[in-house]
Amino acid sequence: MALLEIDDLHLAMRSFEGEAHVLAGVNLTIERGEIWGLVGETGCGKSLTGLSVSRLVPSPPGRYLKGAIRFDGQDLLGCDETAMRRLRGRRIGMIFQDPTTNLNPAFRIVDQMVDVALHAASTDPSVLGLPAGAGRGERRAAARRHAQAMLERVGIRDAAQRLDDYPHQFSGGMRQRVLIAMALIGRPDLLIADEPTTALDVSVQAQILRLLYGLVQEDGLTVLMITHNLGVVAQLCSHVAVMYAGTVVEAGPVRDVFKAPGHPYTRALLAAVPSAATPRGALRGLAGVVPNLLHPPAGCRFASRCAAVMPTCFAAPPPAVPVGEGRTVACLLAQPAEA
Amino acid sequence: MLEIRGLSKHYPGRRGSKGVDALKDVSLSITKRESFGLVGESGSGKTTLTRCVLGLEPPTAGSIIFDGVDLASLSPAAMRAMRARIQIVFQDPYASLNPRMTAHDIVAEPMIVHRDTLRLDRRQRSDRVVELLDLVGLGEQHLHRFPHEFSGGQRQRIGIARALSVNPELLVLDEPTSALDVSVQAQVLNLLHALQERLHLTYLFISHDLGVIRYVCDRVALIYRGEIVEQGPAGDIFDRPGSDYGRMLIAAMPEPDPDRSPFRTPA
Amino acid sequence: MSALAERGPASKLGSRWTNWRRGLYRFRQSWLSVIGLAIVVLLLFAAVAGPWIVPYPEHVTGGINTGMRFRPPSWAFPFGTNELGQDVFSLVVAGTRVSLLAGLAVVVVAALIGTAIGAIAGYRGGWIDDALMRFTDLMLTLPSLILAMAIAAALGPGIPNMVFAISMSWWPGFARLVRGEVMAKKEEVYVQAARAIGAGTTRIIVRHILPNIVSPVIVKMSLDMGFAILTVASLGFVGIGVKPPTPEWGSLLSLARGYLPDYWWTAIFPGCAIFLAVFGFNLLGDGLRDVMDPRARR
Repeated sequence: MALLEIDDLHLAMRSFEGEAHVLAGVNLTIERGEIWGLVGETGCGKSLTGLSVSRLVPSPPGRYLKGAIRFDGQDLLGCDETAMRRLRGRRIGMIFQDPTTNLNPAFRIVDQMVDVALHAASTDPSVLGLPAGAGRGERRAAARRHAQAMLERVGIRDAAQRLDDYPHQFSGGMRQRVLIAMALIGRPDLLIADEPTTALDVSVQAQILRLLYGLVQEDGLTVLMITHNLGVVAQLCSHVAVMYAGTVVEAGPVRDVFKAPGHPYTRALLAAVPSAATPRGALRGLAGVVPNLLHPPAGCRFASRCAAVMPTCFAAPPPAVPVGEGRTVACLLAQPAEA
Repeated sequence: MLEIRGLSKHYPGRRGSKGVDALKDVSLSITKRESFGLVGESGSGKTTLTRCVLGLEPPTAGSIIFDGVDLASLSPAAMRAMRARIQIVFQDPYASLNPRMTAHDIVAEPMIVHRDTLRLDRRQRSDRVVELLDLVGLGEQHLHRFPHEFSGGQRQRIGIARALSVNPELLVLDEPTSALDVSVQAQVLNLLHALQERLHLTYLFISHDLGVIRYVCDRVALIYRGEIVEQGPAGDIFDRPGSDYGRMLIAAMPEPDPDRSPFRTPA
Repeated sequence: MSALAERGPASKLGSRWTNWRRGLYRFRQSWLSVIGLAIVVLLLFAAVAGPWIVPYPEHVTGGINTGMRFRPPSWAFPFGTNELGQDVFSLVVAGTRVSLLAGLAVVVVAALIGTAIGAIAGYRGGWIDDALMRFTDLMLTLPSLILAMAIAAALGPGIPNMVFAISMSWWPGFARLVRGEVMAKKEEVYVQAARAIGAGTTRIIVRHILPNIVSPVIVKMSLDMGFAILTVASLGFVGIGVKPPTPEWGSLLSLARGYLPDYWWTAIFPGCAIFLAVFGFNLLGDGLRDVMDPRARR
């Protein structure tokens, strides 16, 4: 069974202008041990997809129109808040872009981590390696030991001392490590990382990517990495899903997608990143704008900007065509793989 | 065209603490009509350097010579006129435009400030705003809109039009595309390239994105903790970095090529 | 956002209109602010139309009816009558104008003085800031009502003197607010951009900083409006300020206090009017804060 399965997810968000159809048929299947990159540009719905998995899209204004999210077979859209809270602290970990605002500056790292650990242990005492019914003091001590182990795991030196530091005593990269450690406390199966390296320097970014890669290899974590940085995806991820205007236009193993992009949008995106071989002035941008999601087009959402557009593109949304091993392309031009 | 000699900047610390040397003996020279890249990570001193070049911050030691004139020797009035010749495009197009001013007013403002040198009346200024917006690829229908009605790329175009309005010779580009999506970044980079050709501009391009720097710049300097650790032609630095810092940076640069990932071996 | 830019309005006026509609949408999200707005609109209506819509206009201008003293509320006298036989409803409605005008004047004068002092202190910093803010703190430490009473007593009664007196004790709040806002705004990138262009101090303050701090000032004006009205009423209550026969809520309350509790309606209804004004302007101010919060808009 896939660890995470997003099946034809449709989400609408209400605002002053009206209700926008922000996710329109997102499909994603993630197996254990994979590192998925979810890429796309501002407003494509990649973050909302991540938030949907952890059920953190506020409702209202958000409203799920259709579809399902299954985590280890359990239907998440049907879960109530209590059940979700149990999952979030424990089996689904999350990290976000800005490592400065996600730690409470008024509390020591240890207090914040112990809180999370105790929360995780309240659903599953085995997180702290304790039998059910362990005493309060025993639990706190175990939580502290566990927090320290997690800090060590993410490569923070002198973890025992640094536990008692405040967030401002850590650098940006170190804070992101602390946040990863906090996300790992419940020993999650799935880590959702939303632009975890965007606010960091390149050299620090490389360290964080190495850390994430190690966690997947050694601890069997599964990662859903949300980013706009194609370089990061190419380096870290085993699989990639490219999103455009609320739809997944292409998904599959990262090398296949990057080496032979099947969707015109993926091609345009890759052509927009300057590489060593690009002569000056030869970079290709993407003309036009994202369609208005308040009144989304009936057909392919990329049609208005597509270089290979045909009249039939405007009729109906193109289905995701399987084009190879674990690979889909949502384009009428895609050639289905021989069955 | 721009010569920076032995520039240092020291920020005194508060009560007893030692303070910070943001720049230590930095020397650079930028020739006319080239794109000079300055690469550094946060806290490297690149922002301080730009502030000194723009005359927003007095250096502690050293000199900045623009077109043969030492900026420190200028009277306040002469410095004001000089400001028109050196302009800047900021990193964050969301923060760098006054939310209460329309695109027209934003682009026209430098012409009002420098009306003594430019001598344009109201009508001429408005005509020039239209011209400038057209130059950066924005139509006349955008004239009277407020910044929040524009996308990031459009805002950055407005920022570029504002900088160009006073016919500058040197444009300081402070991470002009790092807040933009890649497809938009490509458009803005191409626009900057076309503008340079057309208006014979000199660029001081500041970025932490090595891919962008390699694409845009003729020569590059790497700055680390207030010191220039390496400078030279872009090709040389990217192919044969001469410093440890340069090697580290280039190794850490995430190339969009799965085969060059440090984590896996090519198939 | 980009979709909006694509189809957006083509004129400056159109742009402002869209902004305004977006604000209204956010405002309507909170029913409390809508109630506040309704109360304020009702008060404004009473202030403008008061003398023409009241059932007994002659009472408003000082006419009395000794045969009708202390009638309890009835259909003929919804709020009853006072010791002079005047219709309390007519007096309360007519009193809205003076109370609102005086309150508005206080807040406007205080906002102007406070903005000027706060903007200079915040922008200049250094010893100018220190000096101005210590002076402001000094004014803040004086109990405002006492200060206003002292000034009013020294200058004599009358509405302009009362407004001046209350404003003098009111501006420090604005000065502090504006100083903080200016200090924050002067670090904004667009202000640095203006400086890089070579813009002078006046231009930066007038074009770049002040327009961006108007919102919090307006919100504070609205929030303060209720308390200003209350202060005006307080001065009326202690007999400084508005002189009879001009109807004003505070002085109505003051005249009625001798007849409590038997003729409770003479005091309760002016009191309710004061309460309603304070309540309404506070709700409105809260709603405006939500609408104008720059963090909520982009």
